[in-house]
Amino acid sequence: MDYLYFAIRRLLQAVLVMFVISLIGFSIQDNLGDPLRELVGQSVSEKERQALRDRMGLNDPFFIQYGRFLGKAVQGDLGNSYFFKKPALEVIAAKFPATLELVIGATIIIISFALPFGVYCAIRPKSWFAKFIMGFSIIGISVPVFLTAIFSIYIFSVELGWMPSFGRGETRDLLGWNSGFFTQDGLVHLVLPSISLASIMMPLFIRLIRSEMMEILQMEYIRFAWAKGLLPRRVWFLHAFKNTLLPVITVGGVQVGTMLAYTILTESVFQWPGMGFLFLEAVNRVDTPLIIAYIIVVGLIFVVTNTFVDLLYTWVNPTVKLVGQKS
Amino acid sequence: MRKIFTAAAVAALCLGVSAGVQAKTLKMAYDADPVSLDPHEQLSGGTLQLSHMNFDPLVRWTKDLGFEPRLAESWERIDEKTMRFKLRKGVKFHSGNDLTSLDIVWTFDRLKKSPDFKGLFAPFESMRVVDPLTVDLVTAEPYPLVLHQATYIFAMDSNFYTGFDSKGKSKAAIVKHGDAFAATNVSGTGPYIITSREQGVKVTFKRFEGYWDKKSPGNVTDIIMTPIKEGPTRVAALLSGDVDFIAPVPPTDMDRIEKNANTNLVTMGGTRIITFQLNQNRIKQFKDKRVRQAIVHAINNDGIVQKIMKGFATAAAQQGPKGYAGFVSELSPRYDLKKAKELMKEAGLEGGFSVTMMAPNNRYVNDAKIAEAVASMLSKINIKVDLRTMPKAQYWPEFDKRAADIMMIGWHSDTEDSANFSEFLTMTPSEETGYGQYNSGNYSNAKIDELILKSQSMTDPVERSKVLQNVETILYDEAAFVPLHWQNLAWAARKGVNIESVVNVMNFPYLGDLVID
Repeated sequence: MDYLYFAIRRLLQAVLVMFVISLIGFSIQDNLGDPLRELVGQSVSEKERQALRDRMGLNDPFFIQYGRFLGKAVQGDLGNSYFFKKPALEVIAAKFPATLELVIGATIIIISFALPFGVYCAIRPKSWFAKFIMGFSIIGISVPVFLTAIFSIYIFSVELGWMPSFGRGETRDLLGWNSGFFTQDGLVHLVLPSISLASIMMPLFIRLIRSEMMEILQMEYIRFAWAKGLLPRRVWFLHAFKNTLLPVITVGGVQVGTMLAYTILTESVFQWPGMGFLFLEAVNRVDTPLIIAYIIVVGLIFVVTNTFVDLLYTWVNPTVKLVGQKS
Repeated sequence: MRKIFTAAAVAALCLGVSAGVQAKTLKMAYDADPVSLDPHEQLSGGTLQLSHMNFDPLVRWTKDLGFEPRLAESWERIDEKTMRFKLRKGVKFHSGNDLTSLDIVWTFDRLKKSPDFKGLFAPFESMRVVDPLTVDLVTAEPYPLVLHQATYIFAMDSNFYTGFDSKGKSKAAIVKHGDAFAATNVSGTGPYIITSREQGVKVTFKRFEGYWDKKSPGNVTDIIMTPIKEGPTRVAALLSGDVDFIAPVPPTDMDRIEKNANTNLVTMGGTRIITFQLNQNRIKQFKDKRVRQAIVHAINNDGIVQKIMKGFATAAAQQGPKGYAGFVSELSPRYDLKKAKELMKEAGLEGGFSVTMMAPNNRYVNDAKIAEAVASMLSKINIKVDLRTMPKAQYWPEFDKRAADIMMIGWHSDTEDSANFSEFLTMTPSEETGYGQYNSGNYSNAKIDELILKSQSMTDPVERSKVLQNVETILYDEAAFVPLHWQNLAWAARKGVNIESVVNVMNFPYLGDLVID
């Protein structure tokens, strides 16, 4: 019952948020530039451009345009992309798997490195390897992602010739998901972009896990466990580690959104045909319907992940109360 | 019947196999992929590059800016308003249809309806069928640039593009935004057929087996075209061997491509002029010729070419580059700070004044840096510049509003002819005539207007050239605008991909003729 109440409340909030996003997105479109400029050649006369603008309804007053947009939006139609000449949502949906692939690739890398490194740094904070990891993570956090990307291309593609320099590679359909995960070529193409994307989040997670775990290792119940003479393995990985994960999950969920933002940079450097690159191109081309659709889709992803994290958190940590839940 | 099919299949198979022995694949990367497959939807470099792959024009430009026959085998002027083109025999479209004069006329009529192209084709009154392989192109007035424009007539397969698509819309429709048959389906006579296209990701081409030009040395059977937006990534893709051919090449990476043992760099002086315009309606001082001259003298455009463009441009003192009808070789850049100061003193403006300046920051090579350099050069003659740079998407609306006192504009002549520069940049702006559409400086000189209008109907190239040279000289003396430089062009390829012979100053490589060792 509480969950249902929470879900309905969240849904209403989400609708409101989406409405506000669409209104903001729609009202900034005039400042993004003139889409006609990108649609016609340089020598087309102003009169001709005005006529086209009239035909596309771009000269109508703001609220008429917005009303028209909203009317279609509630039916799931966010307009047609000027450049792709297809429904904007369809275009974004077609690019979404590529971005998802990248995010999953980066997540796998983050989990498989940040967890052991973070734990190691907490258990053996004075060892040289821990110091090395911490030093390295400072560098990682301060180097911009496009620099990491360009350097990795130059080292691993141009100089060493081990990795492909751009693009997504071959994809294959498996259970309705067309992805590069299922071919060797696709996997090879995923390596550098995933590492670049992971590089920005990894230091954060290593530091987070380390500090959380160190804090927990100071706690009474851990001392008690030591006193009881438990094996170090058991103390570290069963008692301490489990509680370390709690804040990591929350931060992780919120960071999914940040990761989406970083895909814009990673994808454009690697010419990765995903949503982020699509968005950047759309901005350059003043493809306003696509820009607004992207903003709305990303807004939706944020709302959904945050809701999910809230639910997950209450499930993991029962002392937390959902909004509106009776105490 | 069945036997015939089998025999044909076997023959086709043999052909395929024999061609397969020497199959060459070209992997190439441009900074963007074509917007549409419709050659008449948008007049842009990308469209023309694609048109030369899928289609053939009546005539095309040679490297030295002459014309060579393509679909038109020969042409002659039969009276001062009519040019007669004889078409090549035995040319087939990708659909299997034969090319006839009906297709050419159909294409011409469609060009006249295209918002992007109709301006270019305004001087033409009509095109008439004479016989199945002869057409007459008729102009309203005697017109000197008939062949120039004929390079834009890429024959479309009229039968293929006639009728209605599955949605009940006309196949011939030119649609700027929205779905259209011609934007996604092609039948031309060109050397390549598109086999797949994922917009923004990849386009693949296969050589058209029935291509009419058997003399073409081209041996590329397949082309894989990938857009790579970021310059450094594009260069890395070439250096790592993931692609064979890239364009454009960022100036900062030219050295490394040239020094690399596996790659070749080809550069060429370009035709796009970069200029600043001084708005006389906003700043009354700009009405004074001496002030304009002072500004031109204060700007070290040769220095900009050396320092900012790293030598990858040609400093300019006029609109049209060398090779164009109006080019005057005596006009050279005139940086002279002392003279600039004197001119300001003469004009009684030693103390200077303040102006606003706008420039795009992602339209031309190093545009924002150039604007910054010019602003600081102007401060030496006490003109204080308040500079704003912005992405091109936001810049063009500002330009249309004439929102600053000094604005940057680059121009490439769609006709590859000198008059076009003046028609858009330096003739008196007027909505009625449509001239001076990009003349944000509002420079107006009755003499220039008169000379350009006169040149439009002069069919004697020598006389016409004199008139256009006169125009350039007057603009130079008057300092009508601030000329900076012509951007160079650059392409790069893996060794063994002989791009040098197929690239040209118009920047549409004739990939049908490309030879790979």
